Amino acid sequence: MCGLVGYSLAGSEPGQGRELLRAMTGAIAHRGPDADGIWLAPGVGLGHRRLSIVGLADGQQPMLSVQGDLVLVYNGEIFNFVELRRDLEARGRRFRTGSDTEVILHLYEEMGEAALGKLNGDFAFALWDGRKRQMLLARDRVGVRPLFYAMQGGGFYFASEIKALLTVPGIEAEIDPFALDEIFTLWAPIAPRTGFKDILELPPGHFMIVRDGVAKISRYWDFDFPDAVDGYDPRSEDELAEEVLALLDDATRIRMRADVPVGAYLSGGLDSSITTALAVRHTPKQLSTFSVGFESVEHDETGFQRIMAEALGTNHAAVTCRNGDIAAIFPQVIAHTERPIVRTAPAPLFLLSDLVRRNGIKVVLTGEGADEVFAGYDLFKEDKVRRFAARQPGSTSRPLLFKRLYPYLPNLQGQSAEYLTAFFGVTPDLLHDPLASHRPRFRSTSAAKVFFSGDLRAQLQGYDAAGIMADMLPERFGRWHPQHQAQYLESRFLLPGYILSSQGDRMAMAHGIEGRFPFLDYRLIELASCLPPRLSLKGLTEKHILRRATRDLLPQSIATRTKQPYRAPDSQAFAAADAPAYVADMLAPASIAATGLFNPQAVAKLVAKAGASGVDGFRDNTAYIGVLSTQIWHQTFTRTSSATAVAAE
Amino acid sequence: MTDAIKTNIRNFIVENFLFGDTSQVIEDATSLIDNGYVDSTGVLELVMFLEQTFGIKVADSEIVPANLDSIGAIAAYVVGKQQSAAA
Repeated sequence: MCGLVGYSLAGSEPGQGRELLRAMTGAIAHRGPDADGIWLAPGVGLGHRRLSIVGLADGQQPMLSVQGDLVLVYNGEIFNFVELRRDLEARGRRFRTGSDTEVILHLYEEMGEAALGKLNGDFAFALWDGRKRQMLLARDRVGVRPLFYAMQGGGFYFASEIKALLTVPGIEAEIDPFALDEIFTLWAPIAPRTGFKDILELPPGHFMIVRDGVAKISRYWDFDFPDAVDGYDPRSEDELAEEVLALLDDATRIRMRADVPVGAYLSGGLDSSITTALAVRHTPKQLSTFSVGFESVEHDETGFQRIMAEALGTNHAAVTCRNGDIAAIFPQVIAHTERPIVRTAPAPLFLLSDLVRRNGIKVVLTGEGADEVFAGYDLFKEDKVRRFAARQPGSTSRPLLFKRLYPYLPNLQGQSAEYLTAFFGVTPDLLHDPLASHRPRFRSTSAAKVFFSGDLRAQLQGYDAAGIMADMLPERFGRWHPQHQAQYLESRFLLPGYILSSQGDRMAMAHGIEGRFPFLDYRLIELASCLPPRLSLKGLTEKHILRRATRDLLPQSIATRTKQPYRAPDSQAFAAADAPAYVADMLAPASIAATGLFNPQAVAKLVAKAGASGVDGFRDNTAYIGVLSTQIWHQTFTRTSSATAVAAE
Repeated sequence: MTDAIKTNIRNFIVENFLFGDTSQVIEDATSLIDNGYVDSTGVLELVMFLEQTFGIKVADSEIVPANLDSIGAIAAYVVGKQQSAAA
C-alpha cells in the first residue's frame, strides 16, 4: 500500500524528470512513509512512496522485470499472490523477491492486460512496457485504490492523489462546475470526472494504455446481476449460507496476509463484527481492534464495540470524537478528500486512522462493502416500501412503513401518510424509472443547490447530473430486479466515489493506514449478485443471508441488531461559540463572494439559522457542510486566499 | 385578503426555505416538496409559522400536502381556518 506517480511523453525528455518525480512523490509522502524510489528513461518516469507491508526487505519499487524492459509502480495488495506465484513457478518462472509486486510483472509478461482478471486485490498500478513503448494503468474492480491523470503540454501524468499532479508545471486546480453539481446531487463526481477541470480519474474496473500520447481506456470488470426472470442461484438457502460463509472466511484469510501485524476496525455493527470475528480465527496472536465513539449520544455505538471486543478477546483501543474535534480537523480532512463533501462522516475516520498509526499498526480490516453486496442500506428498504406503496395509490397504511425505516429521524415520526407519500416520491411513475431508488436522496441533496451563486447556475444551465448517471447504465440494467438495480447504482457510483474514497482510502492513507475489505472480494460480490433478492433483503430485514451465515460467530445482541447508519454530527460540529475561527472566516459574506460559487446573502441566512446549535434537517445540513467544505477545498487547492494555511498539516 | 396572506406565506418560504433567493419563481400551485423547498423539518417550521402568524391551530390531521404543499393551498387552508374560527 503506497503512492505512485509518473509520466510518459510523446517526445523527448522533460529535462527536469528527477526533480519533477521528487516533487510529485513528496506531495503524497503520507501514503508511503517507509521508503521512496524513482526510475527514469528517455521520455518516461515513475516514482513511488512505499508503505512496507509485504516483502519488507526486497519489495522496493519501481520494480523491473528480469530483462529490465518492464517497470512497475504499484499501490495496493494482491491478496492471492501466493497462489498466483505458485502457478507461475510451476510454469517455470523464477522469482527474485517475496513481494506481490513481482507477481504482477510476471503475470503481465505472460498475459498482458488479461492478467487483470487473475488478480484478487485492491490495486492501482502503472506499468511501463519498454518493448511496446506504452504505459499501462490499471485500477482494481471496485475502486479501493485511487488513480488520477492529466494531459499537459504533450505529456501524460498520473498519480495516486491529485495533489501530486498539481506539482506538475502547467497543471492547475481549476474548479469544474459540473463536478460541484454532481456532488450536490449524487454526493460525488462521476468518474472520470474529479473536482477539477482536465484532471481525471481512471474509473474502477478499467485499464488504460497510453502510447505516443494517445490514451485508450477499456473496462475489464463491472458489477453484474442475472436477468430478473431467471439466472438466480438455484441452491437452497442453507447451501448458499454455507457458501457465503466459506467465501467470506477465505476473503478474510487472504486479507490477513502481511509481513506486519494486521488489525481491524470495530464499529459495533454487524459487518465489522463479522470480519473481526473471522480475523481472530486467522491470527496467531491477539488481534488489535480500533473504534471511534462519539460524544453525541445519538451517534455513539461504544457499548456494542465493547461487547464485541470483550467477546473476541481483542486488544482494543478507542478514540472519542467530540464535536470540536470534527471542526478542528475538517480542513485537513478536505485537503485529503480533494473534493467537497456534504457530510462530516469522513472526519471521525481520520481520527481513527490516527489512532491505529499511534498504536503501531499499518493494516486494518473493515466491514465496508457489506451494505452494498448484501443490500444493507436503508435505501434498499426504502425503495421496496416505495414500490409497495406505489402499487396501491392512496393507501394510508402502506406509507406508514417509512416511519419504521427511520426511527432516528424524529421529524419524520409525526408525519401523516400523505406527507410520507410526498416526501418519498411515491408515484406510479417510479415503477418505470431506472433511478427510482435514488431519487429521494438526489432530490433532498439537490435542494442545497439553492445556495449556488448566479454565476455558477449560469455555467450549469441545463446540466442534469442524474441524467448523466442514467446515460451510463449498461443495456442489461433494465432487465434486473429493482433491488439489484438499486445495488448497482450504489455500488458503481457512491461506493467508489464517496465510501471508498472520501470515507475510505483518503482518510486511512492520511495516516499511512491500509484498509482491507473482505466483503469486497470479487468472488463474494459475484456470488451475492446471483442470490435471489429476497435472500439479502427478507421483508424489511437487511442482509438476511449474511446474518444466517454468520449467526454462530457473534453474540446475539450484535447478530440481531438492526443496522444503524454510520453518521457523525454535521452543522452542530461547527456552530458552537468556541468553533475554530476559520469557520466564520470561510462562511463570511466576503469569503463567499470571493469564491464566487455561492450566494453570500443566502449563506449568511443559513449561518444565522444555525446559530450556536446547528441547523436541523437533511437539506440544511447538506447545504451547511457542502458550502463549508467547498470553501475550504477551493481555498486550499486554488490558492487564491491566505486561508490556504488553514488546511496545512 | 387572500392575496395578502399569499404574499405573507411567499415571503416566509423565500426567506426560510430559499434563503432569500428571489430568482426562482414560485407560482401559487408550485409543489414545495417536489421542488425540494420543504423537507420533513420544513413542514414543522411551516406549521409553526402559520400558527404564530395567523393565529390558527393546525390539527395533526390537517398536516397533509393537500393543505400545505403550495402557496395557493396554504392560503386557502388559512382562510378556511380563520373563517371557521370566526363563525
